[in-house]
Amino acid sequence: MGMSPHDEARLAELLRSLPPAPEGWVRAAQELPLARLGLDEIVRRAEEDAEYRRRLVEDLEQALAADGYERDPALLDALRRRFPAAN
Amino acid sequence: MPPDPDDGHVEAQLVARCRAGDQTAWNELVERFSRYVFAICVQAFRLSEHDAEDVFQDVFMRAYQNLDRLRDDAAIRPWLAQTTRRLCIDRLRAGAREAPADEELEPSGVDETLETLDEALVVHEALAAAPGHCREILDRFFCRDESYRTIGEALDLPPGTIASRISRCLSRLREFFEGKKPVAETV
Repeated sequence: MGMSPHDEARLAELLRSLPPAPEGWVRAAQELPLARLGLDEIVRRAEEDAEYRRRLVEDLEQALAADGYERDPALLDALRRRFPAAN
Repeated sequence: MPPDPDDGHVEAQLVARCRAGDQTAWNELVERFSRYVFAICVQAFRLSEHDAEDVFQDVFMRAYQNLDRLRDDAAIRPWLAQTTRRLCIDRLRAGAREAPADEELEPSGVDETLETLDEALVVHEALAAAPGHCREILDRFFCRDESYRTIGEALDLPPGTIASRISRCLSRLREFFEGKKPVAETV
């Protein structure tokens, strides 16, 4: 790929051609590795089980540890985004 | 010094960190290439939003699953481009009534659009290395298509200042590509 000399109009055109992808798509792709740590499973269970959701929100780290999940910071961040009330 | 579009050093380091399980690196990799993959889906292949989202997630899933199998870490960009292209064709084929050849499924001008997007990615990466005030204002105005009013409210700047700042930042980005100064100093 050759990098031809750019005038400002061309630079503007090139900048315009890469708008951001929807934020939710980017977030979902960034969370792909967290599936390995159980993110999807934890979220699904919390959506189906009110008591489990209450325990998660009350003390996230404790609830995960009780079920043998890794206390991975990225996993905790992702769960706090899904359940903003979680401690 | 203008960027060398074939320099995959940064990408290679990023891929190596991803392979080591660094979640921050994976976030960076997705952030770095998300616009590129998105643009291939919607500009080059004109997929619907629904199909584009499926392809987008599939591309990054395959990237994650194949980190160990990449022959050349520095070639992650062409790998993503090729994978996105293939998955877009698969998606178009799934929606076709008959079974046309790949060439018949591709919208006209795909190669030209991909060339433009490659070039755009180089410009975007140069912008990402620029100081925050230029990066943010050029991104908001050109990439996010925000009005002077929206930018002014977000950055607490009068419209006249926005116009002159955009002009100055764009001019310095041009100087960078002309090889006059490093982007961090110019922009």
